[in-house]
Amino acid sequence: MTPLRASVAGAIASIILILVVVELVRGRRLKERYALLWLATGLVLLILSVWREGLNTLAGWFGVTGYPPAVLFAVAILFIFLVLLHYSTVVSRLTDENVDLAQRIALLEEKLSRAPPPAD
Amino acid sequence: MSFIAVVPAWNEEGAIGRVVDEIKAYDAAATVVVVDDASIDGTVNVAEAHGATVLRLPFNVGIGGAVQTGFRYARDEGFEVAARLDGDGQHDASELGKLLGPIRAGTADLVIGSRFVDPGGSYRPPFARRTGIRLFARLVSVLGGQKVTDTTSGFVALSRSGIELFAVEYPHDYPEVEATLVALRSGLRLTQVQVDMRERQAGSSSITFVRSLYYIVKVTLALLVASLRRYPRLEAARR
Repeated sequence: MTPLRASVAGAIASIILILVVVELVRGRRLKERYALLWLATGLVLLILSVWREGLNTLAGWFGVTGYPPAVLFAVAILFIFLVLLHYSTVVSRLTDENVDLAQRIALLEEKLSRAPPPAD
Repeated sequence: MSFIAVVPAWNEEGAIGRVVDEIKAYDAAATVVVVDDASIDGTVNVAEAHGATVLRLPFNVGIGGAVQTGFRYARDEGFEVAARLDGDGQHDASELGKLLGPIRAGTADLVIGSRFVDPGGSYRPPFARRTGIRLFARLVSVLGGQKVTDTTSGFVALSRSGIELFAVEYPHDYPEVEATLVALRSGLRLTQVQVDMRERQAGSSSITFVRSLYYIVKVTLALLVASLRRYPRLEAARR
């Protein structure tokens, strides 16, 4: 059985996570598309914390008999992996775009240096 | 056919002037493009003083990204033949004729200056490096379906089809091995010619032990992934 305190702590932590993410989006410090995975993380953890029966059932499926809240950790880690993997793809894309821009600047500057000065 | 030499350079003020001069000595009409990968020394001034066109990257993008800048320039300016030589002077411009021959004759799209075509060649790298070079050559030969002896060489020549391919498909770090496979899988005709390479003129090689481990792992992964990708076949584009 899930101890009540574990559920309360889990619920508080997930609510804080959701509030922080919403505040960051509101202040335009985090873009919606990058906030979605974090919000999903917070919501799933909140649901599993509050819905004690659900957590116990889930723990049963995975054979976690001793301490059901361990499933909370597992789910949290899974979501963190997802977020990090997502960020790795974002960083890769930005790297490619960055190099492309640098190359364009080099090409444009060379072209500009060849152009005749504007007649005015 | 209009010829362009692409020379990537990063802090090579001690060597770049001679590299440009030697290319001009081989072909006075050649356009020499030095791609400056955000050097902090006088590379740009020296290259310009020796009559090169200089493309200045705003920050360091790595050797592959720098070389690709030169190929993009070659594509945009309509060059028909390109060669790549390193800015440290290890590639001997007087051997350019050997590399450009098959391109000018229309029998190849990518000519690699290889140190190992001729078993009697003078280049004898240390054991570890030789093993690495052989391993990659084997891997590229198997995955690309053509025997290649030196995939780590940066001394290459390209036809117009080759320029157009590498202007859009070129790996950003440690590019040579992967680029060879990309060329084969895109249907470019590859030829190798024997060349000698000189010792570095100045500076030191950037390959350390940890880096060479990273190099081996990264390149192997890139090769396996590249062999799972689809590349546009280029036969149709040929004249």
